[in-house]
Amino acid sequence: MSILVFIDQSEGQIKKASYEAAYYGAQVASLLGTEAHAIVLGEAKEDLSILGNYGIKKVHHFSKSELNQFDAQVYSAILSDACKSLNTSVVIFSNNTIGKAVAPRLSVKLKAGLVSGAVALPELSNGFVVKKSVFSGKAFTYVSIQSNIKIISLNSNAFSIVKSTEIAEVVNFESAFPNTHINVVSTNKVTGEVPLAEADIVISGGRGLKGPENWGLVTELATLLGAATACSRPVADIHWRPHHEHVGQTGLAIAPNLYFAIGISGAIQHLAGVNRSKTIVVINKDPEAPFFKAADYGIVGDAFEVMPKIIDAVKKLKSQS
Amino acid sequence: MKILVCISKTPDTTAKIAFADNNTKFVTEGVQWIINPYDEWYALVKAIELKEADPSITIHLVNVGGADAEPIIRKALALGGDEAIRINAESNDSYYVAAQIAAVAKETNYDLIFTGKETIDYNGSSIGAMISEFLDQPFISHATAFSTEGSTAIITREIDGGEETDKINFPLIVSCQKGMAEQRIPNMKGIMSARTKPLKVVEPITIESLTSVVAFELPPAKAGVKLVDADNPAELVRLLHEEAKAI
Ligand SMILES: Cc1cc2nc3c(=O)[nH]c(=O)nc-3n(C[C@H](O)[C@H](O)[C@H](O)COP(=O)(O)OP(=O)(O)OC[C@H]3O[C@@H](n4cnc5c(N)ncnc54)[C@H](O)[C@@H]3O)c2cc1C
Repeated sequence: MSILVFIDQSEGQIKKASYEAAYYGAQVASLLGTEAHAIVLGEAKEDLSILGNYGIKKVHHFSKSELNQFDAQVYSAILSDACKSLNTSVVIFSNNTIGKAVAPRLSVKLKAGLVSGAVALPELSNGFVVKKSVFSGKAFTYVSIQSNIKIISLNSNAFSIVKSTEIAEVVNFESAFPNTHINVVSTNKVTGEVPLAEADIVISGGRGLKGPENWGLVTELATLLGAATACSRPVADIHWRPHHEHVGQTGLAIAPNLYFAIGISGAIQHLAGVNRSKTIVVINKDPEAPFFKAADYGIVGDAFEVMPKIIDAVKKLKSQS
Repeated sequence: MKILVCISKTPDTTAKIAFADNNTKFVTEGVQWIINPYDEWYALVKAIELKEADPSITIHLVNVGGADAEPIIRKALALGGDEAIRINAESNDSYYVAAQIAAVAKETNYDLIFTGKETIDYNGSSIGAMISEFLDQPFISHATAFSTEGSTAIITREIDGGEETDKINFPLIVSCQKGMAEQRIPNMKGIMSARTKPLKVVEPITIESLTSVVAFELPPAKAGVKLVDADNPAELVRLLHEEAKAI
């Protein structure tokens, strides 16, 4: 019996969400009195033994260039073989676009119950119960998994990491896999920007910013803080900002350490996507804006006057540290 | 070409989220039910657009749910589905629901199955991928654009930190999100014709559930906002640095 963590990479680099999954997997392993292993598909640019820093004992690496290109059908076939040969009892994924495509397929292959969007370690006092986010962040539910093999996909930023200096053993893994049916025509990565789903700090603008020409107030602060940028739905709908920045109930749901909202009213559908953020700051000129009820800090004021001063203060802070 | 669109019933986005019976039941009194926005705005409307371009296409809708799901199924028919199938079962387990849809899909051999990227209540984001595994077909998740070229689909999908465009032959399953299509409102003709479109009720196949919901919980209430004077924004920066330790 062991725990298997699926590590996913972007251009050969391990993603932040995968480190969280690795650490979470190691915690699950110690709850169950077993070891956490990891599996990596495709060529890697990094030394995979550093997964030991996150509590992984052994990394199974299937280093094949055909696997650099993600295909849920191919990946789930390999993972299913790996789970059988390693006698895996719990499989851990990150709840990102890749995890969402592979984990459910593996669930069907192995007849293994899946909880996606987990936010805490499983509770074992009464079966195997996992807490997950539901109603778009407005509530949680406790889900019991009844099958022998269990699959959990972990929400990003839900679980903080404590690193060690341990090193993992890296071994080769191989199995047969089907041919892909997908022919990739092009990929278009947003480079130089912090990926929104994984960002620690998010600076977000709403219709109160009046027009795309004013977004410098958002991007300048974001650059200073190494933050990602986001926006409310109408802002994406009227093409002031790209669709992938739209957060909320019908956009991306995020849970950064700091969510900084400028000129956003805080409609219930917007809050649904951001209310798991640890600290929320709201800048809005309307003291009645609903967002203040969900905020930790706020300024009632005109963003066009307040933001330049905030940017100056952050510059000062950064120059001191 | 035959398209199957999966339709789920969810509470309206403004619905009050509350629980009863020791936090084991979602309170449905006063809740308005809608078609899951991803299923309606993106999956269904995209299927309708494809049919408008090629009238030989047929669109079937499928829902796993009780008779109380019929109003939202009729609304989906009013928007543009040709006929609907309701699988008469209630379940919160994705594996059970996907198995039911796959069983229905096997009987018709659809070229294309659309789902929304997730439901806004359970946020499982797993039905589409599970159906594809039951049918052993390829799956493209988080699609933002879709077009066809003969027997091939050209799909743009979100990947972490960007997007990718793929070519892939039918049959396949696609989960849809923003960008696929624009929201529509049913017109009078659609609403009238929906009343007489076929809505077939079938009984579920026997299959076990792998998970079950034990209880719900609301997040702890916020302590309340700390307001900083608009004349002194530097104070906000100090608080974020020293008190919240967020920057
Ligand atoms: C089914 C459904 C799903 C939805 N999903 C989403 C979703 O996923 N995400 C989302 O964001 N919305 C969503 N919405 C829309 C949501 O209801 C709101 O309409 C939207 O969030 C409002 O965007 P906003 O706050 O940018 O704009 P507004 O509501 O127009 O608010 C602008 C705010 O800016 C403030 N302001 C104006 N000028 C200034 C200034 N100079 N300085 C400071 N503040 C200023 C105003 O006081 C106001 O509070 C959804 C709606 C529905 C019905």
